[in-house]
Amino acid sequence: MSGEGRCIRMEKVCYTVGGRAILTDFDLLLEQGVNRTILGVSGAGKTTILKLILGLLEPQAGSISINGLTITGLKEARYREQRKKIAIVFQGGALFDSMTVGENVGYRLFEEGRLSEAEVEDIVREKLRFVGVEPALDLYPAELSGGMKKRVAIARALAADPDYIFFDEPTTGLDPIGVYNIVSLMQRLQAEGKTTLMVTHDLPTAFATSQRFTFLHQSRLVFEGTEAEMRASSIPEVQQFLEPTDSSLFVHQ
Amino acid sequence: MIVDRMALTFFADVQAWCALAGRALIRIFRKPGYYRDFAVQFDRLGFGSLFICLLTGLFTGMVMALQFIIQLKPFAATSYVGGMVAVTMIKELGPVLASLMVAGRVGSAITAELGTMMVTEQVDAMRVEGTDIIQRLVTPRLKAMLLAMPMLTLLTDVLSLLGGYIIAAGYGINPTMYLSAFTQFMVPLDYVEGIVKPLVFGGLIAMTGCYVGLSTGGGAEGVGNAAKKAVVASSIMILMCDFFIAKLIVVFR
Repeated sequence: MSGEGRCIRMEKVCYTVGGRAILTDFDLLLEQGVNRTILGVSGAGKTTILKLILGLLEPQAGSISINGLTITGLKEARYREQRKKIAIVFQGGALFDSMTVGENVGYRLFEEGRLSEAEVEDIVREKLRFVGVEPALDLYPAELSGGMKKRVAIARALAADPDYIFFDEPTTGLDPIGVYNIVSLMQRLQAEGKTTLMVTHDLPTAFATSQRFTFLHQSRLVFEGTEAEMRASSIPEVQQFLEPTDSSLFVHQ
Repeated sequence: MIVDRMALTFFADVQAWCALAGRALIRIFRKPGYYRDFAVQFDRLGFGSLFICLLTGLFTGMVMALQFIIQLKPFAATSYVGGMVAVTMIKELGPVLASLMVAGRVGSAITAELGTMMVTEQVDAMRVEGTDIIQRLVTPRLKAMLLAMPMLTLLTDVLSLLGGYIIAAGYGINPTMYLSAFTQFMVPLDYVEGIVKPLVFGGLIAMTGCYVGLSTGGGAEGVGNAAKKAVVASSIMILMCDFFIAKLIVVFR
């Protein structure tokens, strides 16, 4: 056991693929009630951070803890228990295409088998109503637009009532109305006490939904702080990310 | 260096394949059984392959009978054709040809389905939702193939014997003569061999399809390559295992 309660903590985490460093000595603290966004250019390793916390990837070094319990090295069966505290909205939605929207949203509840079918359906309808796509209950993912898929994915994330919700590029590929809907939904979730961790390079969305920001560059954390601190930062990569004038800093290694 | 790396990759694949197969086999006896998934897979993989297996059996039996009659005629031994068709089909060609046909059809289908789920992050989403993906995705397919492959082979054998008789009848061999030759050529262990082989081959096809599918990366091209790899690998494994099972059974004769 390490770390304190009610937070997700990453300490000195290293992750490499085929000799290429994706994360080097990376630290992160996600306290409950403090919403955070991880920023960085495409390919900087942002999504990897979410997958490491979820145990979908195993770090080569460092430790990760969820609400005080160190999860690094845990067996899959024990990790499953920890994952119940977290839900994720994947970039493409990752809806199960052989299931209807209703079955997707109620998936975890059906799997757990604690509730009756009628109870699960009530919860599914409530979550779909929350995200505004209740009429799509019996449709298949292939019949939905990109924005609707994202909203159904949010409903699925909410169904199990997690403490933390991760968002992987939630506004990518959406029109301005779609972006507005997703941002509004995230703000409503935060008002209901959910803690969000978002990965994006969409600055307006990040500033509208988060209090703290982590900036990743070439596998390393180069900045951590509030929006004001970020804007005032003298770190060249951060400055260039906020107001690009010279792209040479972001040439991938 | 390249050979070293290829050998390492090969042995790592063999190790991971065996580990996955072991876990999937253990889970056959664990709950939840995902009986609905099993039924769907049995219908899709087993019943869906029935027609090609029946055609394979019928025409192979016919051609075998034709060739044997041509060879046996100079020795006035055409009455043995039934026994020779039975030995060839039940022990060897029935299991091998049916399995190769199924490997082409089912192996690629399993790999493409699981591979697509991998590249669209559906498998990750299932893990996050608390699902044991081996129990949910691999074991139902393995169970379906373990049950379907011997049944398909049995039907292939029956059709091949029927096809053989159709040709034999054209050369004046009556049903009694055709059937009585079976007992002269076949011993009980031959029937065991005819059932053990498809059972093993069914497991190989399912596990190779699942293993390659769950190792897929790299988008649509990756899925295409994985499907090709699964068919080639299962076909080679079927032919290799066919020899080793035959050799093992010869020892016990």
